Amino acid sequence: MRHAAMNRRSFMGRSLALGCSLAASPLVTPVSFAAAPWPNRLVVIILRGAMDGLDVVQPVGDPAFAALRGSLPGGTAAGAHDLNGFFALHPGLGELMPLWRAGELSFVHAVSTPYRDKRSHFDGQDMLEAGTPDLTGRGMRDGWLNRMLQQVPGIEAETAYALGHDEMLLTKGGAPVANWTPDVGLSISPQAELLARRMMADDPLFHDALTEALMLSGADELAEEQGMIAPDMGGMAEMDAPEGKRARQPHNAIARFAAEKLRKDARIAAFSLGGFDTHLRQDVTLPRALRRLSDTILTLRAEMGVAWQKTAVVAMTEFGRTARANGSRGTDHGTGGAMLLAGGALRGGQVLGDWPGLGRADLYQGRDLMPTRDVRAHAGWIMRGLYGFDRALIENVIFPGLEMGDDPGLIL
Amino acid sequence: MFDPELAEMRFGCGLSPVVAPPASVPDMLARLTGPDEIALRFPVEDLTQFRERMKRSAEYLKTRRTMRGTPEAKIARKAQQVEKKNARIAQARWTAQRLLRRAWTSDGLRERLTWFWADHFTAVGKQGTIKRAATPHVEEAIRPHVTGRFADLLRAAITSPVMLHYLDQQRSMGPNSKRAQKKQGGAGLNENLAREVLELHTLGVDGPYSQADVRELAELFTGLYFDARAGFKFRKDFAEPGAERVLGQLYGSDKPNVADIFAVLDDLAVHPSTAAHVAEKLAVHFVADRPDPDLVAHLTVRFLDTDGDLLAVTEALLRHPAAWAPDLHNVKQPWEFMTSAARALAVPPGRFDGLKENELRPLLHRPLVVMGQRWESPAGPDGWPEDDSAWITPQGLAARMGWAMTMPARLQRDLPDPRDFVHHALGARAPEPVMFAAHAAENRREGVGLILSSPAFQRK
Repeated sequence: MRHAAMNRRSFMGRSLALGCSLAASPLVTPVSFAAAPWPNRLVVIILRGAMDGLDVVQPVGDPAFAALRGSLPGGTAAGAHDLNGFFALHPGLGELMPLWRAGELSFVHAVSTPYRDKRSHFDGQDMLEAGTPDLTGRGMRDGWLNRMLQQVPGIEAETAYALGHDEMLLTKGGAPVANWTPDVGLSISPQAELLARRMMADDPLFHDALTEALMLSGADELAEEQGMIAPDMGGMAEMDAPEGKRARQPHNAIARFAAEKLRKDARIAAFSLGGFDTHLRQDVTLPRALRRLSDTILTLRAEMGVAWQKTAVVAMTEFGRTARANGSRGTDHGTGGAMLLAGGALRGGQVLGDWPGLGRADLYQGRDLMPTRDVRAHAGWIMRGLYGFDRALIENVIFPGLEMGDDPGLIL
Repeated sequence: MFDPELAEMRFGCGLSPVVAPPASVPDMLARLTGPDEIALRFPVEDLTQFRERMKRSAEYLKTRRTMRGTPEAKIARKAQQVEKKNARIAQARWTAQRLLRRAWTSDGLRERLTWFWADHFTAVGKQGTIKRAATPHVEEAIRPHVTGRFADLLRAAITSPVMLHYLDQQRSMGPNSKRAQKKQGGAGLNENLAREVLELHTLGVDGPYSQADVRELAELFTGLYFDARAGFKFRKDFAEPGAERVLGQLYGSDKPNVADIFAVLDDLAVHPSTAAHVAEKLAVHFVADRPDPDLVAHLTVRFLDTDGDLLAVTEALLRHPAAWAPDLHNVKQPWEFMTSAARALAVPPGRFDGLKENELRPLLHRPLVVMGQRWESPAGPDGWPEDDSAWITPQGLAARMGWAMTMPARLQRDLPDPRDFVHHALGARAPEPVMFAAHAAENRREGVGLILSSPAFQRK
């Protein structure tokens, strides 16, 4: 649902005319660039369904790898891209190779949350988003990204965005986070809009929400008309964002919307991508999910312009999958997995982590990649690198019970 | 004081052009304590009936495990999938039934209290067939108890299989239980339910309990169990032997007994902190996010004086002047918004008859997702937020307005004239700008949409 062409024009006119009254609304007062708490941007993508880290970042140099994977195609012979001689990247993320070469892409391997053994998506995702060492207590009440925001005085509603339809535990909590999905448009006639404004004029809660909703649902069109959709590419125009039909798919629409907000005053965006639960025919199902991830990152990069240089994208999943392929050319729920990092703020081009090996004795419970480090540690170091949070604060409040360990040097 | 239209808006399911509002507080109470007619008219499964589905699923699972690799296992796998699908379809039908209950009841307070207490004791299935059991759970464990003693409601809610499953009590084993000693490893205590009973269901997060109380209560709770065949049962082999001290009081002995668990629940149910916690929640839900402290105190006293008689507490709420303050201070949750719109539109009782699941979900479930209230999927055991600003976000309001502009015509073939509808939906309280919009809208569809979008309709 988007505004029709006629509506766009009325929105333009209105936005100019209403400049003053917009500024009076607490929800839409734009945070000026200088007043924003930080210059750096953080995008968190939750990969739902448990991404198979061993297929995405393939340890082709490990002698046990090929035998474990059996029926699953892998290695450079199957189209994977060599990363550093030991690891190779799944062909489904091949379009990200220019980022790898430019130092804007990294991976962390053999990581997991503290969640163990039950391997439930529901619990695993809750724990990933809660950022707590277990599932009891306050863990279920707020998410780590919101707890991070709670540490910063003066956070405004426009600083952080949670995108998409699903309520995300990750961004839930006391700090203000704007929730929006670009496919909720408010397409009403100009007359209805006028009448609605009048009905809501005396109710501040409704009035402010309506004002911002009209602004948000018109934001795309407005930006297009002002020529802001083709931002200064800073000499990075060689990589194209998805075009045509692909560009209109929901994940790309969300990425475009996030980029537009992050280019301006927003500093944090979070959303999720699904489709990683590949129990069956992983050779078919995983590439689809990876294509969405790759498109999302390329869209962010293309649309953010120079702001990409101040951005870190963190893509994490609830747990990994079994080291062995199962009987239906897929993999089942496992433990250790991989994390993807992208962005111009990264010291990229690395596959980080302590590789545990894939020999029988090396596997967790004889079946899963052994997690050698807490995935929260890397998220914590990114926060510290981007925003300078105190280490004790990260280890006690944002990620209770976390030992961050040595600085892996993720951020430039 | 009492006002029939306000009674429907604040304590019922909204105004209806067909069903008359209650005439007085005694009338409201008479309806509430009379037979549950609307539940008979629009039935849903209760948990006892739903357990038949769970039983069949459990049988199929057993066949799959014991006969791995055989054709029988294959058939069982297929049957299990069909079972899951059928439960999902049934869930969609129950949603329609629950909407129709709200649209046609003359006892709206019962629907509201059921919703409130179901939220207080939030429990949903996490995976498999039980994922669809939230409505049957409410029908059996919550609805019959909303005018009874809080202690009975507490016991019914806590021993409901859906609750035991949702808060992992099923997995909790005393470290020194017979079972744990036999099993060695993999078995242990799970504090989840015990913590939530203290924090959410009884004393409240500021209540006088410590981590040690949580731990002891968790040990006392071991043995609470269910299976598909029997429903709730007590497993002595899971129970931690010995007495446990909860809030300074000793419960239990070396002989595990479910009566000890009921004893602690009964004591928690009448604790002064529980009374204050429940009173505050009721006032917030029904009257305002920041309720009159005198109302909260009044409800607390009534709760304590009657040992948690919920009918007496509800009556105390209806008799307090703050309950009838003319300004509307709360916002309807998406489900309340959608169903009260259906009530104002007098959606025909047969509207959903014969619809397939893929026709029901876009009508009922999908809009709730967009409005931020995915059906039977609250984010945590603390249920849905009460804070108005959690719902009237830009996205939430846009979704409500989008719904109001498009869906009424799909629910009610004969859209009313907005000039009449404004009175159906808002009665004598219709504010001038909404009356104006009803007359000035450029078509019938937008006129109805605007009335339903108005703060006057979205507040309760």
